[in-house]
Amino acid sequence: MMSDLTKLTLAGARDALKAKEITSVELTGAYLKAMEAGKALNAYVTVTADKALEMAKASDAKLAKGEGGALEGIPLGIKDLFATKGVLTTACSHILDGFVPPYESTVTSNLWRDGAVMLGKLNNDEFAMGSSNETSFYGPVVNPWRRNGDTTNLVPGGSSGGSSSAVSARLCLAATATDTGGSIRQPAAFTGTVGIKPTYGRCSRWGVVAFASSLDQAGPITRDVRDAAIMLGSMAGYDEKDSTSVNQPVPDYEAALGKGIKGLRVGIPKEYRVDGMNAEIDALWTRGIEWLKAAGAEIVDVSLPNTKYALPTYYIVAPAEASSNLARYDGVRYGLRVEGKDITDMYEKTRAAGFGAEVRRRVLIGTYVLSAGYYDAYYLKAQQVRTLIARDFAEAYRSCDVLLTPTAPSAAFGIGEKTSDPLSMYLNDVFTVTVNLAGLPGISVPAGLSSEGLPLGLQLIGKTFDEETLLRAAFALEQAAEFTAEPKTWWTA
Amino acid sequence: MTVVYSMQHRDPRDEDLIKGTTGDWEIILGLEVHAQISSKAKLFSGASTEFGAEPNTQVSLVDAALPGMLPVINRYCVEQAVKTGLGLRAKINPYSVFDRKNYFYPDLPQGYQISQFKSPIVGEGEVVIDLAGGRSIAVGIERLHMEQDAGKSVHDLAPGNSHVDLNRSGVALMEIVSKPDMRSSDEARAYVTKLRTILRYLGTCDGNMEEGSLRADVNVSVRRPGEKLGTRCEIKNVNSIRFIGQAIEYEARRQIEILEEGGSITQETRLFDPKAGETRSMRSKEEAHDYRYFPDPDLLPLVLDQADIDRIAANLPELPDDKKARLMSEYGLSAYDATVLVGEAATADYYEAVMKSGKPGRDGKLAVNWMTSDLYGALNREGHTIETSPVSPKQLGELVDLITDGTISGRIAKDVFDSMYKTGRDPAEIVEKDGLRQVTDTGAIEAAVDAIMAANPDKVAQAKEKPALAGWFVGQVMKSTSGKANPQVVNEIIAAKLGASSDD
Repeated sequence: MMSDLTKLTLAGARDALKAKEITSVELTGAYLKAMEAGKALNAYVTVTADKALEMAKASDAKLAKGEGGALEGIPLGIKDLFATKGVLTTACSHILDGFVPPYESTVTSNLWRDGAVMLGKLNNDEFAMGSSNETSFYGPVVNPWRRNGDTTNLVPGGSSGGSSSAVSARLCLAATATDTGGSIRQPAAFTGTVGIKPTYGRCSRWGVVAFASSLDQAGPITRDVRDAAIMLGSMAGYDEKDSTSVNQPVPDYEAALGKGIKGLRVGIPKEYRVDGMNAEIDALWTRGIEWLKAAGAEIVDVSLPNTKYALPTYYIVAPAEASSNLARYDGVRYGLRVEGKDITDMYEKTRAAGFGAEVRRRVLIGTYVLSAGYYDAYYLKAQQVRTLIARDFAEAYRSCDVLLTPTAPSAAFGIGEKTSDPLSMYLNDVFTVTVNLAGLPGISVPAGLSSEGLPLGLQLIGKTFDEETLLRAAFALEQAAEFTAEPKTWWTA
Repeated sequence: MTVVYSMQHRDPRDEDLIKGTTGDWEIILGLEVHAQISSKAKLFSGASTEFGAEPNTQVSLVDAALPGMLPVINRYCVEQAVKTGLGLRAKINPYSVFDRKNYFYPDLPQGYQISQFKSPIVGEGEVVIDLAGGRSIAVGIERLHMEQDAGKSVHDLAPGNSHVDLNRSGVALMEIVSKPDMRSSDEARAYVTKLRTILRYLGTCDGNMEEGSLRADVNVSVRRPGEKLGTRCEIKNVNSIRFIGQAIEYEARRQIEILEEGGSITQETRLFDPKAGETRSMRSKEEAHDYRYFPDPDLLPLVLDQADIDRIAANLPELPDDKKARLMSEYGLSAYDATVLVGEAATADYYEAVMKSGKPGRDGKLAVNWMTSDLYGALNREGHTIETSPVSPKQLGELVDLITDGTISGRIAKDVFDSMYKTGRDPAEIVEKDGLRQVTDTGAIEAAVDAIMAANPDKVAQAKEKPALAGWFVGQVMKSTSGKANPQVVNEIIAAKLGASSDD
């Protein structure tokens, strides 16, 4: 048995399991131990230790016979937005108190089909609404990274903060996450991990608690690009239960890595160089450009002229859909119910008690923009702008294959620093929302440390359903960046 | 064919106007009919739609709106909607969109109904309706769209508590919206009747109003003839054709009364109370919901292939209007008889089976009369339907032939029919075995006539003065022959003997 099994990457663990150097029970046990020791990070909201060991034993039995799927025996954390059969699923909202689904989401079903082991459910912003994982009913998640010589607790990004924190702190080998406006890529950037949001329609949304249906997309957060390719390969696929999933074969993403990027055209959108841009981020971006150029890529300047409208567009479309998607949480059939004197009173009391402030804010915004007399000026206009944004990308892709941008405008910030100012919080998504609005794949790769010692990420954006090229470029970026820093394990008591 | 009036040029008919105390009023009616699509599964889930199941036994995870559940369109329901659109001679829209209609209600689990708002699957069409006196008018169809039904709230199971049955939640409906083309409750009732017939022909809705498969929202307004449209009230969810008529009559008079007293109509939604025979306010325009319609992001726009539309069109059954025209030309039926027959496809089918079962030249008019009077009388009395009739079309046709060829008289035929209905025997067999064959032997009839005349010399004398009294002798002869004497022959012999010529 190796000294610390949690040091392995997913690919490394997979190979060690196949070679029978380790067992899934050992590996799973190591993670359960790390999770116990890492409680201070508040990454998990539900731990399924018994289930994990049971699944690990079953995997070991298969591995012993030389059988098993692509993820056989690999222990994973699952964002609480994914419905898991027989396991509490709350989207980290009080309103889903006690909700245990009698069904399994398609994405997690795919993972279990391939032999993965479930460690537990990961914390997230309530209904995935947030950029810092501070809106969770179960409290904020803590980033394992700290500034040099400082003990301030930082946010892990959001909404998939439990996923990013757990992967970064080695509380799971990899995690599922979801991304509506940056919720995979920004947390990955804040924690020195890799996060890929695939093309809209690549992963089934069936069984994933909906935030904004036309933007939501599942993807993994992992230690490195190879692990992301392996995870995505299992998560992706057509699902006839999701009308927006696309019937296209899932390529062997891992095989796309390491083919080099000689001749790859990398677009640099000038509009992403925003006013008052963080100098460190700007410098990292420039370094990224140089790395890719050195690896043989051709750098192309491109323009995405409607970028400045992306954030306001996003904050109309997403809340509008959310206001409708969250109408089903009414206290009638499941979850929280606060009794009232009549049905309307029951609705009001239940929803007032069940939803946190940020969710209430977005439900109100969404209700407003869809209201009679405002629909055309807000929702309809936003949809038109969305079309223009998608057109910008299509235009840019006539001269390049992928785009390179920063992932987030800053490194991780302190818990509580931005909670009183929703607008500055929303600005975190400035580089990521365009990708969701256009339905494109995007990946964040750790590319360096800030002067304070915090990880920073660069984002690559690909063409629709061209995750192979995206991962190939990300792999090249990862190799050039040689990001090997790790957070100090201050959280183990 | 009767003339079809175009709405644009339709002058008010005096008999449709309501006489108020201050003058005449014209009623303007438009209907929104909700027709449940005949389909084994719901519009966006695989759950069963069978009527009458135990509460909450036909509910999928989608119907109950559990977190993360997604709708998937039932293609069969789409085909049914297209079929209906074609049956209404309407424009089929190759591109339509499902929208969410947002409102909170316990029997609406998602908190929104998936419907079609801006882009319905079917556009403008028309329904020709048949009215008293052979009058026909065309009622314009504005649109047809698909939507989900809601569940059912039950308030009387326990005091202070309501229960919800989600069996209906997600069942596929077609909302068929007419133009405001109707001017009387008769026209509205004829419209719903005809629409129901068309839907049943197409097999796209069973039209069962008692089970709620067909129900109507009725928009009623009144105006002075020829003036601008008045403010309308919508009467929700009326579930019988009779109630539709009653609701309109009540509502029109209510509005006229208000206007004649100098008041004005408030736009509102009303409910019809069949027990009280009146409409009551449900909610005013101010209380109306803001449904915040927007395209459902869980569903792609519905795109239809022209090839699919063509295939459905090619397989469309014969529609009532076409069938009526064909029955008239093929069997020489009157418009009235043909209209009666095509009201239900099964009736027309039975009739055609009667006409096709024997030799060509069967008396089509006589066959209609036997179907609509004697056969329907018996079926109604015995609680049968045309589908379960103990008398087969072939047997009814044979009975018609026996009358036509003079084997039995119409009078005797009624006895033969009763026997056929009770025993299922063929009419020829009944006639033979029961000795009901008509007596056409002039010698035998003459003997019977002579016997009666000999016994009644005074009547003979009177009848010679007043030929109309000949009928008394006919009756006596029929009586003495147990009705089997050929009435025509009897008439002729009596007329000859009385020295007068036969009337025919």
